[in-house]
Amino acid sequence: MTGVILEGLDRDRTWSLEHYLQRGGYEALRKILTMPMTPEQVVDEVKKSVLRGRGGAGFPTGLKWTFMPKNYVGDKYVVCNSDEGEPGTFKDRDILRYNPHALIEGMIIAGYAMGATRGYNYIHGEIWEVYQRCEEAIDQARAAGFLGQNILGSKFSFDLFNHHGYGAYICGEETALLESLEGKKGQPRYKPPFPATYGLYGKPTTINNTETFACVPWIIRNGGEAFLQLGKPNNGGTKIFSVSGHVTRPGNYEVPLGTPFSTLLEMAGGMRGGRKIKAVIPGGSSMPVLPGDLMMQLDMDYDSISKAGSMLGSGAVIVMDETTCMVRALERLSLFYHEESCGQCTPCREGTGWLYRIIHRIEHGQGRQDDLDLLHSLSNNIQGRTICALGDAAAMPVRSFVTHFRDEFEYHVTHRRCQVGAVSDSQEKAA
Amino acid sequence: MLSTESKQQIDREVAKYPADQKQSAVMSALRIAQVQYGWLSKEVMNSVAEYLGMPAIAVYEVATFYEMYNLKPMGRHKLTVCTNLPCALSGSTEFCDRLKEKLGIGFGEVTADGAIGLKEGQCFGACGDAPVLLVDNHTMHSFMDEEKLDTLLKELKS
Repeated sequence: MTGVILEGLDRDRTWSLEHYLQRGGYEALRKILTMPMTPEQVVDEVKKSVLRGRGGAGFPTGLKWTFMPKNYVGDKYVVCNSDEGEPGTFKDRDILRYNPHALIEGMIIAGYAMGATRGYNYIHGEIWEVYQRCEEAIDQARAAGFLGQNILGSKFSFDLFNHHGYGAYICGEETALLESLEGKKGQPRYKPPFPATYGLYGKPTTINNTETFACVPWIIRNGGEAFLQLGKPNNGGTKIFSVSGHVTRPGNYEVPLGTPFSTLLEMAGGMRGGRKIKAVIPGGSSMPVLPGDLMMQLDMDYDSISKAGSMLGSGAVIVMDETTCMVRALERLSLFYHEESCGQCTPCREGTGWLYRIIHRIEHGQGRQDDLDLLHSLSNNIQGRTICALGDAAAMPVRSFVTHFRDEFEYHVTHRRCQVGAVSDSQEKAA
Repeated sequence: MLSTESKQQIDREVAKYPADQKQSAVMSALRIAQVQYGWLSKEVMNSVAEYLGMPAIAVYEVATFYEMYNLKPMGRHKLTVCTNLPCALSGSTEFCDRLKEKLGIGFGEVTADGAIGLKEGQCFGACGDAPVLLVDNHTMHSFMDEEKLDTLLKELKS
């Protein structure tokens, strides 16, 4: 198997500039500047690769890059969203700590392709040690002449800086991230205008995920076609899946898009303790949950997962076994969205609190007969009625948990306790 | 109020942004001030506002929005534990129970001797390492268990 970003790099020494150069690092940058490739040719190569945004939406990256105004006079920005904090997602942390130069090179190339001269990498608050490493990596790149004025003797200048977040999930939303970069509360902006026309400091800006940028050097070195071939049609390349929950070896696994879920599960050492799989959230906590049996039939790519009624999202695969109480699992998730709602839109600010309190009372034996209908109607009144997608992200898990595991929720309401023996015992003890 | 060292660190952050966008450094400035003082009192926030030439209210807005700023004293060391779903599936709930028991406090509280404060955290983006514990915002401890916890608590209390 050919890895693009992480494979074979799970050791600390691989992050250095020296090691990156040894494995062909910054050759892609040299190629576009010395051949030279025009910015349009770079964008075309990325389009050919069918690289789709790795942050969650799966939007074609090459197409996104064409949204930047070409003849704009003034600053344009490239921003990396490394504010990874969606429960289940932990891939960008490994890219940043084991292969930061792939991201840096990818961002420089993106800057060249879109005529931007400055970039920011917004790093999640809780990973301070990783931020420090990225600071060092950027210093190395600058000292080696890959960043700054007239890169590699060309007319192209680009500089890059890390920005450290300090604990707000909402800043993973691109316009909230921009607000935060500007030194404000991270509250999402109305769209339109989109960042490509009105972004950071009101200037044209393109925001991509860490993994997306980190794929770019490989694409330029080996060609877009080769990247596409790694995956399957309409789903180019490899993808890093963060596998967590009830598996033997939680961790990041980089596999070609289209790899069967069962293979991925096997790579993660299978189910912990050999227990039976019950449910999987295939793309991060905001995505609808799917029953385990169904997941075992699916391939891990954008189209397959979406056909089955969920989304590949950020590639965070949360695996739950037969001992999991689905009411309790949903309660954890709902608390998260309630805590992380930025408070700007009423349906989300109030609705996420309602969702949490209702699920909490069901979990604690205080549920009412009409609570499940209430959850549905609440979800309907949040989804699609807020400025950003956090409201949807809070509503989608609720709807899917109640749909797929309705009997468990009903059992909780009717019997005032959990259907899942093992879990209910430990809960009773805890209570 | 800000030490010379803090000011130097803030200057380094300010230099990352366009000259007319000093405010972009406010998150880092608050982080640096918090390292100096342990928590962000109104006076500390005011000194950050003054140093960056920002209205004080704009600094309060930022300090109250992001979770990792301490708006009250959190002891000599703050421990933050993630309790979200992936971590809960890998033992963080039980780990938190042990932790609370050992410290004799709940989330949001500080031990009577002022040594350790405890906080419930949201996702750290490190779910593969669960249970995960953060010391003073900046040092992550992965795959926590009781033995590691005992060693850590001994270190922090000494």
